[in-house]
Amino acid sequence: MEHRDYIGAKLGMWLFLFTEILLFGGMFLVYAEYRDLHAAEFHDAGKEMSVVIGALNTVILLTSSLTMALSISEIKRGMKIRSLLFQAATVLLGAVFLVNKYFEWSDHIRKGLYPNSPELLALSHGKVLFFGLYYVMTGIHALHVIIGISVIAFMLVLTLRNRISASDYVKLENTGLFWHIVDIIWIYLFPLFYLIL
Amino acid sequence: MERTFYDKRGIASWLFTTDHKRIGLLYLMTSLAFFAVGVSLGLTMRLELIRSGMHIISAQTYNAVFTLHGVVMIFLFIIPGIPSSLGNFIMPLQIGAQDVAFPKINMLSWWLFIIGGACAVASLFTGGGPPDTGWTFYVPYSIRTGTNISLAVFGVFLIGLSSTLTGMNFLTTIHRLRAAGLTWGRMTLFTWSIYATSWIQLLATPVLAITLLLIIVERFFGVGFFDPAKGGDPILFEHMFWIYSHPAVYIMILPAMGVVTDIIPVFARKNIFGYAFIAASSLAIAFVGYLVWGHHMFTSGMSDTARVIFSLLTFIVAVPSGVKVFNWIASLYKGSIRLDAPLLYTLGFIFLFSIGGLTGLVQGALATSLHVHGTYFIVAHFHYVMFGGAAMGFFAGLHYWFPKMTGRRYEEHLAKFAWVFLFIGFNMLYFSMFVLGWEGMPRRYYDYLPRFNGPNLVATIGSWILAAGLIIMFYNFIHSLFRGEKAGSNPWEAASLEWQTPSPPPTENFETAPVVTRGPYTFND
Amino acid sequence: MDESTSHTVGTKTFVATWIALLCFTGLTIVAARMQLGQWSMIANIAIASAKASLVLWFFMHLKYERRLFKFLLFVPILTISVIIGLTFFDLWYR
Repeated sequence: MEHRDYIGAKLGMWLFLFTEILLFGGMFLVYAEYRDLHAAEFHDAGKEMSVVIGALNTVILLTSSLTMALSISEIKRGMKIRSLLFQAATVLLGAVFLVNKYFEWSDHIRKGLYPNSPELLALSHGKVLFFGLYYVMTGIHALHVIIGISVIAFMLVLTLRNRISASDYVKLENTGLFWHIVDIIWIYLFPLFYLIL
Repeated sequence: MERTFYDKRGIASWLFTTDHKRIGLLYLMTSLAFFAVGVSLGLTMRLELIRSGMHIISAQTYNAVFTLHGVVMIFLFIIPGIPSSLGNFIMPLQIGAQDVAFPKINMLSWWLFIIGGACAVASLFTGGGPPDTGWTFYVPYSIRTGTNISLAVFGVFLIGLSSTLTGMNFLTTIHRLRAAGLTWGRMTLFTWSIYATSWIQLLATPVLAITLLLIIVERFFGVGFFDPAKGGDPILFEHMFWIYSHPAVYIMILPAMGVVTDIIPVFARKNIFGYAFIAASSLAIAFVGYLVWGHHMFTSGMSDTARVIFSLLTFIVAVPSGVKVFNWIASLYKGSIRLDAPLLYTLGFIFLFSIGGLTGLVQGALATSLHVHGTYFIVAHFHYVMFGGAAMGFFAGLHYWFPKMTGRRYEEHLAKFAWVFLFIGFNMLYFSMFVLGWEGMPRRYYDYLPRFNGPNLVATIGSWILAAGLIIMFYNFIHSLFRGEKAGSNPWEAASLEWQTPSPPPTENFETAPVVTRGPYTFND
Repeated sequence: MDESTSHTVGTKTFVATWIALLCFTGLTIVAARMQLGQWSMIANIAIASAKASLVLWFFMHLKYERRLFKFLLFVPILTISVIIGLTFFDLWYR
């Protein structure tokens, strides 16, 4: 049976986002314990991180949140082409974020700074844990970026086919909500990994 | 020819249904099938432990058996149990809705449950063999053991996702789809309990998800979060695990409490005593339940400060449960009692749950906890609350709502006969364990000292009597499904909405959208 | 109440939010370089929370949503805070 409940659809999405807060919250708990135990070593390990790439990625995601929000405003006004362009921009920015991440990780892996590597295990416990947290947390985050990009791309197709329009756009709005949470997670990851200076 | 939701035929119409009633029944059938597996594993353990020094299985096999018994019973029976089966079927009817808020996601939840269960079962026969860590997957052993932990844990992850989505679905349903006039204060207390449970499912399960993911990551990549050799903290694993698994026990018990709260007014023919307090206590249990997980870790090496704080919080969480017990008794007082099976099973629930709850306080007090931790006292406690409590409440609900779901009546004398076996067998089996634990018998051991022989024998015999009771009870349900006397829409003369529509209901639940003008427990006789 | 359409946020508001976010990002980098020691992490978390609040309030439309949504958001925030807090009673006093 067909029942349209706009508020209900948004409520469901917000509730789902709460689960993401708790999921990443668990990882933040792990981070909090080990940073507390190994403050100085985290500080040292933090020097391996490039503030430039981190800041760049932060700006990229913040901008992608802007384009995402604008894509929804535009579809609400019935401006289909503009909405499509903003959606595409969001996808592109998300992809650039991932490319940066790829280069960042490659660089660290080349230096032997990856879980269970002999080089890493030779370092202090604090550093081993820092890099473990770095890969796991940015890794799970990157997974969410990939999912987000894929869903937005799918929304793009739906918008093209007029299944998302000025009279029914909750799917796009909910996609936006997910994308913004992904941005918020990164807003916290950035200082926690790149700004322990 | 009556129009019911059973009309549409064919296996595909069941497997890919979006009807909450069919999904509820799918969950019911599959979780009961898993229950049967769990019972068999339990009976195997009791057979192994019938006598000191006697062995029918190896130690390794025994470890796998108790691990699987826990995983199946907890993740595949009790946690989904009432919410996904009775909650799915009955809650939308009780709020006068046509279905849940997201019917397709409801179907997805069931499929995740099935696939997760399949992964857990597959772990028995693949890789290094069945997990042997206990259902708690403690590190470092869960990282080092060669058994098929990753697949089992991934299965649990999927089951957890199923549970989370159900929680999200039910919360949205209750907020958005209540019928006209059905204010929060006119909802049944079963629906209130499903509401509180859904909050726990939503917020606690993700913590389990990340914990399980970290086990898999550790096993594959050796990151070191829980490995002291790399600076990791094994106690952190216990924290993360119990941060979910303690609230999980409230997922197990709150719906059962909701079931009995719905049953008592109907079979005492008077309004529930303390409606607001019972509703509020469900929310209080859900919230305070997040604050007590450390009581599973008193001997782990946690700080004294933490131990004292968790002990205090544990005593506090007992209060709202006590409030409920008093309200149930007060509801029965001076009622016009009809001792049909739903009420009989409810009384069993109140008695057994109270014993379980009170022994929880013994464990919550630090001094006595040190004495009983890791012994059969703990095993007895949680079986009293989870089996004597949650499962007995589930059985009460099955009897109560059997006519609504099937359109037939179960056989009353057989139900009571089964109850006698269940009650006697249960207490023989588990009360002996209180004695054993107090005397010092450790849990998860495949053998024991000869001085523990007596109560172990009593327990094993009790397990057979209990199993007989289960067989009689389920025989009653299955036989009545085909041969039971036809039931009308309201055989119990209850006042809540699910009884104001035919048994079984039509697919859309109600011919016309209901308008509610009174509370769910107002009787005119 | 028919709420099948909702308030449309103007482009100006979104761009202003974005600029504020960029400023806060700059601020947090500057704060990190200031060698505040103990306070460094607190300052960074505070700024991150300010940024998150802007994203929630404007980009995620929370300012214009009904009270229920605003209230419900506190539930997971409170839950995770309490969980981390209680765990530290162990970690700090071992």
